[in-house]
Amino acid sequence: MLGLPIENKIMDNNQLNNHRTILLRYALLQLHDEAVAEDAVQETLLAALQTGDSFRSESAVRTWLIGILKHKISDHYRAADRHYSLESSHEDEDPNEALEQLIFDGKGHWIGSPSAWKCPDHALEQDEFWRVFEWCQNNLSEQHARAFMLREMVGLETEEICQELAISHSACRVYLHRARLGLRECLEQRWFNAKRK
Amino acid sequence: MKTCKDISSLLSDSMDRPLTKRERWAVRLHLLICRHCSRFQKHLHFLHKAAERYYPTENDKHPPS
Repeated sequence: MLGLPIENKIMDNNQLNNHRTILLRYALLQLHDEAVAEDAVQETLLAALQTGDSFRSESAVRTWLIGILKHKISDHYRAADRHYSLESSHEDEDPNEALEQLIFDGKGHWIGSPSAWKCPDHALEQDEFWRVFEWCQNNLSEQHARAFMLREMVGLETEEICQELAISHSACRVYLHRARLGLRECLEQRWFNAKRK
Repeated sequence: MKTCKDISSLLSDSMDRPLTKRERWAVRLHLLICRHCSRFQKHLHFLHKAAERYYPTENDKHPPS
């Protein structure tokens, strides 16, 4: 809970708590440090409460809050004196090399070729899709998932990700490629080609 | 001649940096004849869009069936 007056017109106490939970989970995914994540969320909510903006829907508020939080997270990573590298990742060996062998044959052709996805944008509007997305993301190797999140969600440049994960540029490139291959494959199987009720 | 694997890697790169002229040509040529990689390219853009919009779901206790 924030020790702040919450008579703000953009959200009541309940909404604030809901948002806070989501923001904290998002921050934890990206920052891997509870205290740092708490701080980032606190700063985000403070910044939000200080503005008088009003929003039509709760989901608009959430999108806006996530936007602020992303800035806080990338500020954190860009601060020169911060280093939160994973100790185990100082080598370029990729634990998940086998992935490519499942996707491409020895000649570099697709084994199961990507299928045409019907109305992909429609998926973004469905809660169930996001559960699948999250599940697929959690199913990537930890390093791949981190590289992907730092790039696509936090918006760091590749060089910054190499530094953060303490890997070479070429390894970073490989991680991102494999993360995308894995996530794509999983979404295709679990969502786009899945038979749903 | 570049394989689908090579091209998919370049397509992934193109989400992170501008490709060189030579790389762009290689990709363009390949995509003219390969619908698999063309789809992959579309999917990469979709992943980017989804990641941008993503926020954690309120309940993670539901693995997809």
